[in-house]
Amino acid sequence: MTPLLSVQGVTKRYGAHIGCADVSFDLYPGEVMGIVGESGSGKSTLLNCLAGHLAPDAGRVIFDTRADGPRDTVTMSEPERRMLGRTDWAFVHQHARDGLRMGVSAGGNVGERLMAVGDRHYGNIRDKAIDWLERVEIAPGRIDDRPTTFSGGMQQRLQIARNLVTGPRLVFMDEPTGGLDVSVQARLLDLLRGLVRDMGLSAIIVTHDLAVVRLLADRLMVMKSGHVVEAGLTDQVLDDPQHAYTQLLVSSVLQV
Amino acid sequence: MTDQAYNFAYLDEQTKRMIRHAILKGLAIPGYQVPFASREMPMPYGWGTGGVQVSAAVLTPDDRFKVIDQGADDTTNAVSIRSFFERTAGVATTTATAEATVIQTRHRIPEVPLSEGQILVYQVPIPEPLRFLEPRESETRKMHSLEEYGLMHVKLYEDISRHGHIATSYAYPVKVEGRYVMDPSPIPKFDNPKLGDCAAIQLFGAGREQRIYALPPYSKVVSLDFEDHPFEASKADHPCGLCGSVDSYLDEVITDDAGGRMFVCSDTDYCETRQAQGHRGKDAA
Repeated sequence: MTPLLSVQGVTKRYGAHIGCADVSFDLYPGEVMGIVGESGSGKSTLLNCLAGHLAPDAGRVIFDTRADGPRDTVTMSEPERRMLGRTDWAFVHQHARDGLRMGVSAGGNVGERLMAVGDRHYGNIRDKAIDWLERVEIAPGRIDDRPTTFSGGMQQRLQIARNLVTGPRLVFMDEPTGGLDVSVQARLLDLLRGLVRDMGLSAIIVTHDLAVVRLLADRLMVMKSGHVVEAGLTDQVLDDPQHAYTQLLVSSVLQV
Repeated sequence: MTDQAYNFAYLDEQTKRMIRHAILKGLAIPGYQVPFASREMPMPYGWGTGGVQVSAAVLTPDDRFKVIDQGADDTTNAVSIRSFFERTAGVATTTATAEATVIQTRHRIPEVPLSEGQILVYQVPIPEPLRFLEPRESETRKMHSLEEYGLMHVKLYEDISRHGHIATSYAYPVKVEGRYVMDPSPIPKFDNPKLGDCAAIQLFGAGREQRIYALPPYSKVVSLDFEDHPFEASKADHPCGLCGSVDSYLDEVITDDAGGRMFVCSDTDYCETRQAQGHRGKDAA
């Protein structure tokens, strides 16, 4: 089986600082990978390198494209990479404001990716937008409202709808539940879990919240100071942490 | 003051050369916004500094110059720019569209079809059609270069979702020769069909934004739309009150404070020519 995404020795330096160093892993179709670590451990840098937002200094990021099979996204041309960003990839930002157009209605936000890949039929675009709003539990009556009138949880769900409307195969998520209160977090996680299972999505989720990866991720990578210190099945890593830092991380979770 | 106090058409020859370079590049890449080193002109930004610089660069002593502002030859902006070139270039001027060789315009295309040999110079306030959707210039340039124009349709989508139809009625975005999306300056969308397959050279100058772009004669220009909401060139559904024309673009003029109004051609030359030919509308004196 060909991995959907094969990451080989990805390194990103900020001058003398290490962003992330020599990260390698394979992600198979339908698999959800969690990346955890403290602030500044390089997980967001890594995610941005994988999603093409940052150019890594070394390493290869090989994505199994629909048309041409495995291609190195680091060396492919910018138009091709941006095309992937609109079709096969999705990126869910921590802050919905970074991923939404706040001056454009909810329907326009969901429809943007459709129009970006060439859909020019207003009725179809609107039908798909309504369908997706329902799937992320936003009332279709809110389709013409701007995201500024939405609550934080709704904005985050709208961002997810906007990203998934073109049927991507790989979703990058950067702290998707950050900044939401716990009950909204729980609903969002439920929703994400359902969507990932239904659509057979592969996902890479960066978070510092171990509960999120426990619920969503099949596999887990623990990062510290730019290096991967431990990797394995989620339950295995969380229940039987081997590395001292992972042990610290697991034991730091507050028990209610 | 000696006759050498001003160079012909105000600008010095090196500046005109630089502007002509930009114009030629613009003509070679229809719809592409060419940066140029816009000069300070003796008028405020927004009054047509871009158009004036383009006109200055293309005028020759043999040209006959016409200026229109919203179709009219007799408004402040038109009169002052016309007299500016009368004084600094000494060129002949006219108000008749067919007789002019260079026409500088603000917000209209003349009703009389243009012919080969004519140049239409537009004053452009904001050359970037994506500006209000994507404020980052670095990003819009990238979108132009990679032909990522989905965002332009988001604007039209918003129009339909809010108003039930595409309510953008001026500065309606067009795609040029299947490549660049271009802002045709704030002309009414009624004029959009005249942009394409036009015999004249069309030049667009944005002074404050320092951009020049162009349409060579007979370019293919398509107004953007949706399959189920096609582009429609719209105008007020009335005949002209003065000349009775039913197919020219009309201005609505309020005549009293009791709801009285009349519709008149925005193209004054067209309207006067028709009246001289004996056409009369219902409000004609």
